[in-house]
Amino acid sequence: MTFYIFLFLAALAVFCGLMTVTSRNPVHSVIFLIGCFFAIAGHYLLLNAQFLAVVHIIVYAGAIMVLFLFTLMMMNLNEASEGHKPALARISAVVSAGLLLFILIAALKKTEPFAPPLTIDHSIGLVKALGNTLLNEYLLPFEFVSILLLSSMVGAVLIAKRDKSPKPELE
Amino acid sequence: METSFLIEKGILILVIWGITMLIALYSTFGERVVAAYFQDRRGPNRAGPGGLLQPLADGVKMFTKEDFIPNTPNKWLFIFGPALFMTTALLTSSVLPWGDKLNIFGYEVSLFVADINVAILFILGVISIGVYGIMIGGWASNNKFALLGAVRASSQMISYEVAMGLSIIALLMLSGTLSVREIAAQQGGDFLGISGMKWNIFYQPLGFLIFLVCAFAETNRTPFDLPECEAELIGGYHTEYSSMKLGFFLFAEYISMFISSAIIATLYFGGYNYPGVNWVADHIGPNIATILGVVVLFAKIIFFIFFYMWVRWTLPRFRYDQLMNLGWKILIPLAIANIIITGTAILLLN
Amino acid sequence: MSLLMNIFQEIPLHNYLFLSAILFCIGVFGVLLRRNAIIIFMSIELMFNAVNLLLVAFSTYYSDSGGQVFVFFIMAVAAAEVSVGLAILVTIYRNLHSVDIDELKSLKW
Repeated sequence: MTFYIFLFLAALAVFCGLMTVTSRNPVHSVIFLIGCFFAIAGHYLLLNAQFLAVVHIIVYAGAIMVLFLFTLMMMNLNEASEGHKPALARISAVVSAGLLLFILIAALKKTEPFAPPLTIDHSIGLVKALGNTLLNEYLLPFEFVSILLLSSMVGAVLIAKRDKSPKPELE
Repeated sequence: METSFLIEKGILILVIWGITMLIALYSTFGERVVAAYFQDRRGPNRAGPGGLLQPLADGVKMFTKEDFIPNTPNKWLFIFGPALFMTTALLTSSVLPWGDKLNIFGYEVSLFVADINVAILFILGVISIGVYGIMIGGWASNNKFALLGAVRASSQMISYEVAMGLSIIALLMLSGTLSVREIAAQQGGDFLGISGMKWNIFYQPLGFLIFLVCAFAETNRTPFDLPECEAELIGGYHTEYSSMKLGFFLFAEYISMFISSAIIATLYFGGYNYPGVNWVADHIGPNIATILGVVVLFAKIIFFIFFYMWVRWTLPRFRYDQLMNLGWKILIPLAIANIIITGTAILLLN
Repeated sequence: MSLLMNIFQEIPLHNYLFLSAILFCIGVFGVLLRRNAIIIFMSIELMFNAVNLLLVAFSTYYSDSGGQVFVFFIMAVAAAEVSVGLAILVTIYRNLHSVDIDELKSLKW
């Protein structure tokens, strides 16, 4: 039963991922990527990482992809706005990605099989356990992340702000 | 997973779904009656006694109208938009507690569908996904006004989500849990010697105010109904929609109004708790106390739905820059200040 | 039998390794294939997520919450990266009316 759920979610993730990179319309790409993120959130739930699953949905589907969709809508990009790469570049993209996959899988196949630990901690993915780890062992990185987020927010506002120079704008 | 568990939850889901639909249906009627009262005129009064069958007539009208799909390259997305909006509006009700335990012939029934321990985050997640229905629908309409409405809606909802999340954080610091059921249960404690009155509103008045404003913005109700403001955008994101697809958009708004009222009532106004809940449970019976709790919860919810309508017919709409100023420059700093105040208070009092 | 034990037995950890390898390669494929800078950005997000998935899988299988905390940090960094990156793309679009990377060759103009 669990394995079939895994298979379904994995197939969904891979299908949506492929559609993301191959859709001609950028907005369709965004929607497929959201589907892929939901499949990955399903995997997190399967792995008993409840907190991370919900945070993943909030951060990726709820914030990052909305930002992407928002930008695409503002730019009004469609199928026609992106030209094809030359055929050679496309073939080499397929070949190199395929080779990378081949090497990765060939290397990973050789790894030792997983031996379950003696004691299984069932509270790992829950808020309490994660919070304890986060605010005890990783307190300093946590503070750094807050600074990073603040600086990126300021940076984004600064960069995207229209400069008031007299240069004529086309919009 | 036993069969009885599945049956219990299945019945509960159906009942909650039915009640949600019924209340949303009659909110459309209530909205018109309230509007009529505020404008000193008679509301709908022809269909049925006192106009009570008006929502049914509206429904029949919506269903039988021509279902028009504009010339758009994205027909699937055009249909997908309202469906998604409706789904996300209904989804939140699954984690809300609708009452305490009910004892039916020795079989204990808990009146909530799913008690997940990240329920608050689940609510925030569903709210953040709700914006996709509007965005996809508005974009797939292939219409300038619809697109502008969708873009407005998304930026508004993203902006107010931040303040909403921050205002909830202060509440979480106080309650120490992410489970809505536990938050509701905690509010059954004593406050000034009255049992069942430990409502969070007494501890988090500022947080409640911020949450309320954000809830208005998230449900796209006046004074935050810029995404669909008729005067500027014809109809916003649902300009091109007709028939039941338009019905879904309009109806989902009432559903999300109901759900957000339920969230407000549960998080800040004690949920199913009422003064003297212990006395009723001891003297009359726990089942009666639970049923009374459900009634009280729905009374609170209906009050907040009325509050939504009251505000709608009282306040004018914001201008767009005012909306953004309110969200980013007033509510977010206030919410952060609220977190700091709450943290200091917890530190000093414990 | 506990829930996690059930998962460990039914889904070998190798499956997660392969799945995230596939997702990562799809991301690489997208970066190489597309010319639209926003799609390339999205492919990078996909690669991030492949890594995240593997970290969560390891963290659960080996009962170590450090992996999930790492994913948490990666999400924060991804959010920061996207906000700045999209701001840059918006600025580029305003100047060039295109986000085609083949037209963004010059470092200076």
